[in-house]
Amino acid sequence: MGILEVKNVGKRFGGLQALGDVNLSVQENTCHAIIGPNGAGKSTLLNCLIGKLIPDTGSVMFDGNSVLGRKPHEINQMGISRVFQTPEIFGDLTVFENVMIPCFAKRDGSFRMHAYESSDSEHDIIAQAEAMLDEVNMLDKRDVVASSLSRGDKRRLEMAMCLSQKPKLLLLDEPTAGMARADTNNTIELLKTIKAKGDITMCIIEHDMHVVFSLADKITVLAQGTPLVEDVPENIKGHPKVREAYLGEAEV
Amino acid sequence: MTDQTTDTTARPYKTADSAKKTRSRMLGLTSRDLLLFVIVAALTMLAPFILNPFPTNSGLAQFNGGYPDLMQRFVIFGIFAIGFNILFGLTGYLSFGHAAFLGVGSYAAIWMMKLLTLNVIPAIIMGVVFAGLFALVVGFVSLRRSGIYFSILTLAFAQMSYALAYSVLTPITGGETGLQLKSTDTPLLSNLSATEIGRANLFGIDMRASYEMSVGNWLFTFNAGYYIAAAFMLLSFYIAIRLFRSPFGMMLRAVKSNQQRMNYTGLNSRPYTLAAFVISGMYAGLAGGLMVAMDTQVGPERMFWTASGEVVLMTILGGAGTLIGPVLGAGMIKYMENIVSKINDSILHQWFAFMPDGIEDALVFVIHPFIGKGWHLTLGLLFMLVVIFLPGGLVEGGQRIAAVFRRKETKATSVESDAAKQQQHPE
Amino acid sequence: MDAFILQILNGLDKGSAYALIALGLTLIFGTLGVVNFAHGALFMIGAFCAVTLQKILTLGFVPADSASAATVGGFSFGSAKETTYVEYWFGEAVGSAIVDWSVPLAILFAIPVMMLIGIIMERGLIKHFYKRPHADQILVTFGLAIVLQEVVKYFFGANPIPTPAPEAFTGSLDFGVLMGFDPYTIVYPYWRLVYFVFAMGIIAAVFGFLQFTTFGMVVRAGMADRETVGLLGIDIDKRFTIMFAIAACVAGLAGVMYAPINSPNYHMGMDFLVLSFVVVVVGGMGSLPGAVLAGFLLGILESFASMAEVIDVIPGINQIIIYLVAIVILLTRPRGLMGRKGVMED
Repeated sequence: MGILEVKNVGKRFGGLQALGDVNLSVQENTCHAIIGPNGAGKSTLLNCLIGKLIPDTGSVMFDGNSVLGRKPHEINQMGISRVFQTPEIFGDLTVFENVMIPCFAKRDGSFRMHAYESSDSEHDIIAQAEAMLDEVNMLDKRDVVASSLSRGDKRRLEMAMCLSQKPKLLLLDEPTAGMARADTNNTIELLKTIKAKGDITMCIIEHDMHVVFSLADKITVLAQGTPLVEDVPENIKGHPKVREAYLGEAEV
Repeated sequence: MTDQTTDTTARPYKTADSAKKTRSRMLGLTSRDLLLFVIVAALTMLAPFILNPFPTNSGLAQFNGGYPDLMQRFVIFGIFAIGFNILFGLTGYLSFGHAAFLGVGSYAAIWMMKLLTLNVIPAIIMGVVFAGLFALVVGFVSLRRSGIYFSILTLAFAQMSYALAYSVLTPITGGETGLQLKSTDTPLLSNLSATEIGRANLFGIDMRASYEMSVGNWLFTFNAGYYIAAAFMLLSFYIAIRLFRSPFGMMLRAVKSNQQRMNYTGLNSRPYTLAAFVISGMYAGLAGGLMVAMDTQVGPERMFWTASGEVVLMTILGGAGTLIGPVLGAGMIKYMENIVSKINDSILHQWFAFMPDGIEDALVFVIHPFIGKGWHLTLGLLFMLVVIFLPGGLVEGGQRIAAVFRRKETKATSVESDAAKQQQHPE
Repeated sequence: MDAFILQILNGLDKGSAYALIALGLTLIFGTLGVVNFAHGALFMIGAFCAVTLQKILTLGFVPADSASAATVGGFSFGSAKETTYVEYWFGEAVGSAIVDWSVPLAILFAIPVMMLIGIIMERGLIKHFYKRPHADQILVTFGLAIVLQEVVKYFFGANPIPTPAPEAFTGSLDFGVLMGFDPYTIVYPYWRLVYFVFAMGIIAAVFGFLQFTTFGMVVRAGMADRETVGLLGIDIDKRFTIMFAIAACVAGLAGVMYAPINSPNYHMGMDFLVLSFVVVVVGGMGSLPGAVLAGFLLGILESFASMAEVIDVIPGINQIIIYLVAIVILLTRPRGLMGRKGVMED
């Protein structure tokens, strides 16, 4: 029994069957990669997990509870955080505030009327946020307005925001897309460190096979909305079905 | 991008170590905020002097704003704008119906004075409570939509309230003529003789009581009503500072910045926005209650949508999202309204008397539409100019000027100026 | 039954005005992506075009033969009978007919005026706000609306100015007789009928223009997907200007013809604007048929709510019915009656 159990999930947009009968089981404290050609339904699947979309059929269980029908903030409070394909950060706020907010969300829940305390006297939150920024090497940019960060820094910031919540499950949607090689390697290193701590489950969508094979314990190949194969990375590389559907065009 | 060090909303947070050291703060404010608060407090307390710079018998006396009516309006509209700014400045939700809460507060307050007591405190409390309740209902419905839909929903609610107050609810609102204190009113707790029209008071202090002080050619008026309203304004301002600097205020700015991220970070944006809406409605109610406390009357025009537009303008003119902006904006608008409305052609002719006759007449002719009854024209133009050229309002304008000076100073060392540039244009 | 029909008819003229203003608002919003709070002011300016033309046409002088000492510079200040210039130039019969028909004639006058105002507004102001947030657009056009209405107030004063329809349309049509009811049960003024027909004509013209011309095709494509059309290398800017001018014209003409129904005053634009926005939202932001449909629906609804029988039950319902409907619709059908997915959802 995995921490995340996706059973028979289907989603249809008009005439397009985006997802048809997806089954997925993510084991606790592992890194599970989902790969597949463009339009395979990877992002749709992720959107179903965080409450952005509601699947037509099937069930999604996280940690023994159903995710379906819950609002995004409730799902997050259950312990699922997501890094988006294009970084979703609070552009008008400083880097430090960006990291403080998820810390507040973790500590105080989805709403708290703390209108009379000063943010400056929230010492535990400040310490947490600082530690997190230190971990992603962004402490020097703490007072910069987030929208003025470089793309790579925005991604790192978003990752820091998600990690500062200490989620049980971290969903990463192409965390290195459009990154320079050096940045990609930094990200891989960061994710490896996090993984090495052994207290977080990761589910990653990625096109960059280098990233996938550096991190994943298990890979699911998705094609046309259905999972083709699910196996450990070594077996995926040479799998004929995968080669046919997807890797035929890419170098592995 | 605004300069980070001078922007009043986004500012560097202390490091964990230094934050612990600065625990002993006055009134729970940082030294910068405390300074701001003290300046505002000093300005309001000394307003009768500051606003009366010209001797009473001089030609410039018409620019004086130090008489009770106007000063009361300064602070009352200041409260209104501070409250509006909590909603619009922080969350970015543009309400076009805030005057409705002002109106509800006014009606509630005058009924308290008619029925219970002429003391203004219960009236003001009732104004705040009723406006808050009404804002809860309106906000609960309107906040289910965002963007322009929200603006139009609030506008629809306000126009509906206006229509109701104007005609349907005449027994409660007095219809077109509104409500005044009358000699037939017999408040429970006030002893009035049969023909006496009650006067608002605070534990016996008449709101209209004034102490006049003559110094040379100057006449300064210290009005009880003004000081009571000013005290409420300072309290409102203080609460607003606390709110801006609180985690709650940070969440409201997060709503404005990226609501989607907020939801995916486990925060429910709805109660945050609703709380901001109700708080800002209560501020409007307080302003409405105070208005009644000052002039003991209310009419439906107080709820008309142009009144809602006016508070938007005040906030924008001063600088939405900044602490001091709304107060500045409210003061500016009300002062200009007062001065511009008073100027007439003969005053203009006096001013331009030194010019040759032809030019004098031409100038008067050009300016004529903007003065006196043309105040709304000036207001509209001002509105456009601010939105076009100074979307950040007076505060941003001040910062720009300050930045120019700072650049001059830092020219000395190129390293420093580079650093300053980097800070101002982080891109 | 007859009362029922009467209310529908009564709702038509207001509904027509709502529909025309909402149509223009939607055109501007759909193509330019701008929320124009000054659109009501354009309607008002249209009405004042009619006023202006009537004033010009009735400019008169006292003919030399009957002139008394009170005549100064050709203008009469005395009690002597004035002759208007048009009567003098075209003869009394033609001249007085021209004066009588000044409102319909004002259409010809208003088209170039409104076009010009539209172009100046778009080029001078609105253009700079395409990329700014909707809040800024609302605020700047709100300011413009105040300026326009104050300018009109400055020149024409604060009081409504009666602008009668041509003599031929002053009577009423007895619809009841036509439809087999008793006489005088459904009496409907001719001019309101004219207004409705006129509005339908304008609506048809706008839809025809959008449907059958290349220009219209580009505009419709632009409303569906602005970015793509921009990428196709089509000069969107120029078309935006023209679209804005057309929308201004539609609002202006709606105003011209409305002048005899309600004597124009400087704040009529604001009065209609708020309601027209509600109409646009109810119809569905960005949907032209939605705007027209909602315009008529709300106009008729308002007229039903003004029936004495209804007011007896729920007093004042006529004042608030439109807002109530808008609130209910926005909450139950956030996209409005005919709104498309993806247009201004958040």
